[in-house]
Amino acid sequence: MDYTIVIGLEVHVQLLTESKMFSSCGTEFGLPPNTQTDPVSLGLPGTLPVMNRKAFELALKTAVALGAEITRFTKWDRKNYYYPDLPKNYQISQYDLPFSTGGWLDIPAHKDGPGGRCRLTRVHLEEDTGKLIHAAGGFSEVDLNRAGIPLLEIVGEPEIRSPEDARSCLEELRLTLRYLGVSDCEMQEGSLRCDANVNLHIDVDGKTVATPIVEIKNLNSFSAVERALKYEAERQFAKWKEDGKTIKDAPKTTRGWDDEARVTKPQREKETAADYRYFPEPDLVPVVVDDAWLERVRASIGELPGQRRKRFETEYGLSPYDANVLVEQGQDVADYYDAVAKATGEYKTASNWVQQDVLRAAKERKIGLAEFPIKPDALADLINRVSRKELNTNQGREVLAKMIETGEPVEKVIAEGGYGMVSDRGAIAAAVEAALAANPKAIDDLKGGKKKPEAVKGFLRGQVMKQTGGKADPALVGELLDVKLAELAQ
Amino acid sequence: MTAATATGLLAQIHAGAVTAVEVARFYLDRAEKLGRLNALVNLDPEAVLAQAKAVDEKRKAGQPLGPLAGIPVAIKDVLCVEGEPTTCGSRMLKNFRPPYDATVIAKLKAADAVLFGKANMDEFAMGSSTENSAYGPTRNPWDEDRIPGGSSGGSAAAVAADLAPLSLGTDTGGSIRQPAGLCGVVGLKPTYGRVSRYGLIAFASSLDQVGPFAHDLADTALLLKVLSGRDPHDSTSVDTPVPDYSATLDTPPKTLRVGLVREFFGDGLDPEIEAAIREAVRVYEAAGATVKEVSLPHSKYGIPAYYVVATAECSSNLARYDGTIYGHRAEDFSPKYPGEEGLPPLVRMMMASRAEGFGAEVKRRIMLGTFALSAGYADQYYNQALKVRRLIRNDFDAAFKEVDVLLGPTSPTPAFKLGEKTSDPLSMYLSDIYTITANLAGIPGLSVPCGLTKSGLPIGMQLLAPAFAEETLLRTARVFERATDWHTRRPALV
Repeated sequence: MDYTIVIGLEVHVQLLTESKMFSSCGTEFGLPPNTQTDPVSLGLPGTLPVMNRKAFELALKTAVALGAEITRFTKWDRKNYYYPDLPKNYQISQYDLPFSTGGWLDIPAHKDGPGGRCRLTRVHLEEDTGKLIHAAGGFSEVDLNRAGIPLLEIVGEPEIRSPEDARSCLEELRLTLRYLGVSDCEMQEGSLRCDANVNLHIDVDGKTVATPIVEIKNLNSFSAVERALKYEAERQFAKWKEDGKTIKDAPKTTRGWDDEARVTKPQREKETAADYRYFPEPDLVPVVVDDAWLERVRASIGELPGQRRKRFETEYGLSPYDANVLVEQGQDVADYYDAVAKATGEYKTASNWVQQDVLRAAKERKIGLAEFPIKPDALADLINRVSRKELNTNQGREVLAKMIETGEPVEKVIAEGGYGMVSDRGAIAAAVEAALAANPKAIDDLKGGKKKPEAVKGFLRGQVMKQTGGKADPALVGELLDVKLAELAQ
Repeated sequence: MTAATATGLLAQIHAGAVTAVEVARFYLDRAEKLGRLNALVNLDPEAVLAQAKAVDEKRKAGQPLGPLAGIPVAIKDVLCVEGEPTTCGSRMLKNFRPPYDATVIAKLKAADAVLFGKANMDEFAMGSSTENSAYGPTRNPWDEDRIPGGSSGGSAAAVAADLAPLSLGTDTGGSIRQPAGLCGVVGLKPTYGRVSRYGLIAFASSLDQVGPFAHDLADTALLLKVLSGRDPHDSTSVDTPVPDYSATLDTPPKTLRVGLVREFFGDGLDPEIEAAIREAVRVYEAAGATVKEVSLPHSKYGIPAYYVVATAECSSNLARYDGTIYGHRAEDFSPKYPGEEGLPPLVRMMMASRAEGFGAEVKRRIMLGTFALSAGYADQYYNQALKVRRLIRNDFDAAFKEVDVLLGPTSPTPAFKLGEKTSDPLSMYLSDIYTITANLAGIPGLSVPCGLTKSGLPIGMQLLAPAFAEETLLRTARVFERATDWHTRRPALV
């Protein structure tokens, strides 16, 4: 029996604003509990919300970038429920007139699949709730620093068909939101949160049977999303084989992911269906988005990851694989590469240097490219020296490593290390002769057909390089060796 | 010294005839003597005198004085005053001291007014008699066995009894105009959006509005000017210029077209009140007004629509009082009724706290509103009520094409006896029948004294005008005030 896993993601993203959604209170993360509060975000009796236009604009920017339809007349609603992390016992949200509907996110090809388009149902804006900290002695403590932070809810259509695609979709969303500069999307800090709705479509004698939908909560990392979905698919399949229950037999349930035990566990269900008693928020006025505003927002959107991948392929001739590696690791990497590529004109070479040397070094040092000691123009300078044959590639790599280590400029590292490529034909020819003379066995092997010509040539090239202290122009060494070996073969 | 209007006191203070401290002492003395009226709660004499002293010092130092310098203003207990008890007449908030000032309070302070205690009110502004207060009822200064109206009964009684020359109230369905009428003072509900609601503890957000109580229109104009204006803390406040109401008060309006709403003269209107209103119409006619009858055909749906919208909003606005962060917290929340054993302690705590903290009328309205917003019922009730609101607004728009102001009684009966309607919520609700539509439409309304019944109870006349036409309202009312002396009558208090 075969089944398809059906996944719909619901993502909450905190917007990067100085102040909260409905008050001028600060939003900094990681401060002592209840220090980022003011009368409005505390929900003090008598206070009133005032919309943060900046937050609304970031939300608009996101929705426009996701190709969503912008609602020109949108309003706020109250979602009523009692919970101690919600100081007013209602959340200001959007119900029947969200500021945007539709849109999509293109999942790029990844190692486990070709990617594809995930359409969005809606994007709306709301205020975040506070946080409960479960303290000793069975007490819960309320921290309202987070209460009122602008929160974007992005609801995807249930069109994702694999846990890997779900993860890629989230990663691409994070990348896009970071490119837009609307959120830092840190799952650990809770500025990006994800719930996943999942069930299976099982093929039974040519007919499709759907299992009951489960909403998975407590997904705290991208890998947890993938793991939880894989687990849940297997669990649902096993459960269906056991009890045969379908979507018609059981309501949607909620399960929490336990990343340590690597299982989903049932969460306490409310006895009755939640009735949030939505109604229009009377303390706020509706928002009218006119053409001019929308145009300004549209104009503020720069190149997005998808567009950049395409440009790297068409403008720089990179393979889709290389273009993706450079883009998916974040805007700083792609920016870095872009600068090096432009300054050298050696697009493929620049891609190799950035992917192999720069990213590895940065990873070792656990730093981002913004803090990386070698700026793009310095790397471009080094690459240009290699292309001008002042250094060979291996020397270039060594020079770069030393530059990173010492922080010295390229000229100094080259001078002190005595780097420089020997391109003198006579000197290299002499070294080739010497290598041949010193290794008669290699010649015998070649003549006797014991070893392949390429192997012998490789060995001798190494000997020549050794003799020249690694400075010989590798192309010239190869050329002269070819001539000599051809002579010997006759 | 003797009690006077704010305008009169200001002249004396500016002339140096009395000091602000003398004024404060005089009113503190009266408030103490007339404490039995239970109009003021949480009056702190030291705080009052300190403010008055500050005004006197400012004057002595030759610094410019604000427009209400040294004038005591009683504050309805629903408005937040930093550090002062602000209880909404509820056990729920008996320990609440806001850490911030309502915008209208900040404006009064900036105007050098002297905040003169908190005025009693129906709990969370829900009621028409000031009997629903955790502090007990306020008595009507004209007949102490009768109610002062509500919910701003304490504010109205305070001015009527000269405990303070001015006071602030709030009006959600008539809570300024109705007690003003029943206590023989002027009360004005401004256009929705004219005065900031920031710091007004919400009952029904789309209807609530802060407004002044005073003895006459000059004082009303003075206080309204101070209160009005766009507030960046209130998105629903409107950025429309605030006219100098006092400067134009004595200039009669260019046109004086008065409409009598047919629906406001129907069954249930006390004949003595009707007679007083008809007499007021004759005063206007004598002043050259053209009077015609107009109709507000949808006004009969006003009360039901109001009790859906207002209760729906209140069910949400009052949700935060659950003993967790805000409001009274029950000490004992052990399971008491079958089925409660299974509830988490947090839920039981919220239930017990709300059961203990809220009075009966507030609970009734929370339940009504919760029901009206529930899935499956919202279309039938809440959304339907919003449609009625639009129709009522359209009615007013049509009427104001023909007339400048609408004139009628403020309430159908004079002040009733304490306890008379407490067991009959519906008849209590009907005492707002003429005032409620103005809140639903968002237009301004004014109640001015226009007579006394044979038994000596005040009668109020209500004038309504289009949105932001407070100036028209005041100038039109002033035509009547100049021709009559009802505004000079005072209850015989000993």
